[in-house]
Amino acid sequence: MNIMKSFLVTLMVFLSFVTAKASDTLNGAGATFPYPLYSSWAYHYEKEKGIKVNYQSIGSGGGVRQIFNRTVDFGASDDALTPENIEKNRLLQWPQVIGGIVLAVNIPGIRSEQLVLDASTVCKIYLGDIKFWDDERIKALNKSVSLPKKEIIPVYRSDGSGTTAVFTHYLAEACSDFKQKVGEGKSVSWPAGIGGKGNEGVANYVKRTEYSVGYVEFAYAKQNKLNYTLLKNPAGNIVKPSLKSFSEAAKYGDYNPEKHFYTWITNTKGKNTWPVAAATNILVAKEKQDVNKKVTKFFDWAFSSKADKLAENLIYAPLPETLKNKVREYWRKNGIY
Amino acid sequence: MASIDQDSKDNTNITGANLKGSRFIDSFFHFLTAIASFSIILIIMGIIAVLLKESFLAISKFGFFKFVFSTKWDPVREVFGAGVPLYGTLLTTLLALIFAIPISLGVAIFVTEIAPEKIRGFVGGAIELLAAIPSIIYGMWGVFTLAPIMAKYIEPFLKDTLGNLPVFNTLFRGTPIGLDLFTAGIVLGIMIIPFAASIARDSINLTPKILKESAYAMGTTHWEVIKDIILPHSKFGIFSGIVISLGRALGETMAVAFVLGNKNKIATSLFDATTTVTVKLANEFTEADKDIYLSSLFYLVLLLFIMSFVILAFSKFLLMKYKKERV
Repeated sequence: MNIMKSFLVTLMVFLSFVTAKASDTLNGAGATFPYPLYSSWAYHYEKEKGIKVNYQSIGSGGGVRQIFNRTVDFGASDDALTPENIEKNRLLQWPQVIGGIVLAVNIPGIRSEQLVLDASTVCKIYLGDIKFWDDERIKALNKSVSLPKKEIIPVYRSDGSGTTAVFTHYLAEACSDFKQKVGEGKSVSWPAGIGGKGNEGVANYVKRTEYSVGYVEFAYAKQNKLNYTLLKNPAGNIVKPSLKSFSEAAKYGDYNPEKHFYTWITNTKGKNTWPVAAATNILVAKEKQDVNKKVTKFFDWAFSSKADKLAENLIYAPLPETLKNKVREYWRKNGIY
Repeated sequence: MASIDQDSKDNTNITGANLKGSRFIDSFFHFLTAIASFSIILIIMGIIAVLLKESFLAISKFGFFKFVFSTKWDPVREVFGAGVPLYGTLLTTLLALIFAIPISLGVAIFVTEIAPEKIRGFVGGAIELLAAIPSIIYGMWGVFTLAPIMAKYIEPFLKDTLGNLPVFNTLFRGTPIGLDLFTAGIVLGIMIIPFAASIARDSINLTPKILKESAYAMGTTHWEVIKDIILPHSKFGIFSGIVISLGRALGETMAVAFVLGNKNKIATSLFDATTTVTVKLANEFTEADKDIYLSSLFYLVLLLFIMSFVILAFSKFLLMKYKKERV
């Protein structure tokens, strides 16, 4: 299986080499979530520096497998690998850009950013404990909103995905019931609701099914003009999902270069942080110093203010400046900068 | 004389050489066809071998009965069972056949016996066009167009009317959201209609004209001719058309993934969401990051392979038995 997959990717990479015809090509593969951004960066980078960056969005799991097998120059994964796993496979890892997950809802008469939920109600909705929109526990958070007595239809991702990993981590952290009954991971066994394939699948289901609620990347909610909720964060504040509140979450994240930046930035303690945020990560092979220097040159350019603008246009939150410097320091220390 | 002799000698030489050559071509041709057919058997053996090898881990951990009858599918705790997807596959296929068989029979009879000559070609072409539509288009049509209509009008209507009768109240239980067995069955049914209908049409066309004409001469009605002459005469063809569409329904992935709701739960109502083997594979294969997870997915494929084989073999067996009885 692995052999076949690596063969296919090698073939793809080989073909892209042929078409690119230059040695100045960087090949990457992995997460689908940052794909639109990485292609936009690659396009502008090639125009500016003449170096082609070729990124295949084959999924986080695939990206990790490819960099394990050294078939690509860099891999990209939505969920960070643990420090042990990084050491064992002789890799380096750093966060590149931040995304947030929002709860899209379709309740006739309710606008975007009107309904307020918190981790405990979201968790009970997905466990099937809260069955109706006019449940007391939802009402308690929304005193001024009139909620219908209609059955809630929770929508989840049916395919294995980093989005699910982040979302279930958020719920498991805040809600012990969820941790016990469901757990966390890229795909879990959901007790209630229906499954849509991909972010676009969930977005479509929510858009077309009245009284449903689904978790999607912020960008998908925006592009599909879905109504989404506000969330109460651990500090007790009601926050709006925005690039600022995502970046804010990263600021409070426990990013430690010693641990190869392995951390979660869900439920962070800041006053204005969005509780369901995550960084998407880049992985490189430790021993390929020369290639890595080219890779970091690209991703350093991607930390520039110009690249940040491109990211913001596509609704991705750039890393906070302090974290960027930490990443640069990490590159320097490992001799790839 | 001599020259004629010479000629005939030359002739025999030439034909002799030709004969040898054509014999060689013949045996070479036989050899080629043999290779072509044996390669199919080799490919099937190869697939089984790979599936067995890859699913070995799951087979040794869960066994056969425990895997087939378990309804748990929990990647976090690494407990896997094929009960839901296998049952879902059988159920969606059955529903699709229930929707498709009457319609394709009707279409086939209309096109061959009832429709005026001009319309025949038109309807026939339309059916064949239906077969050319990629399955993802059916899926998108299902989720964008059919599902909202089902959720808003058809399913609530069925629930309020038929849903009050004894058996139907369990069949139409639950909140109608349009992403369920019912919608999946209809979409799948539409997808297999062209296969069932065009084969049925061809076999109905094979009914000897003389039989039909003598029946009409005896004063029988249209309905009687169809019921007593055409259908008995073409039932094998119709049945094999159904078998072919059955094979297609068992393996259909994309369209079903869009409208079935992707839920690992045994469906007890037509308004329940569930999953099938191929849908589960399409969803989870790329991110299956643990060995036992991947192996369980391969085990699912192996079971689908066995199931399809048994069902198709059984249908072929029935077909053969009928044919023998008839002769």
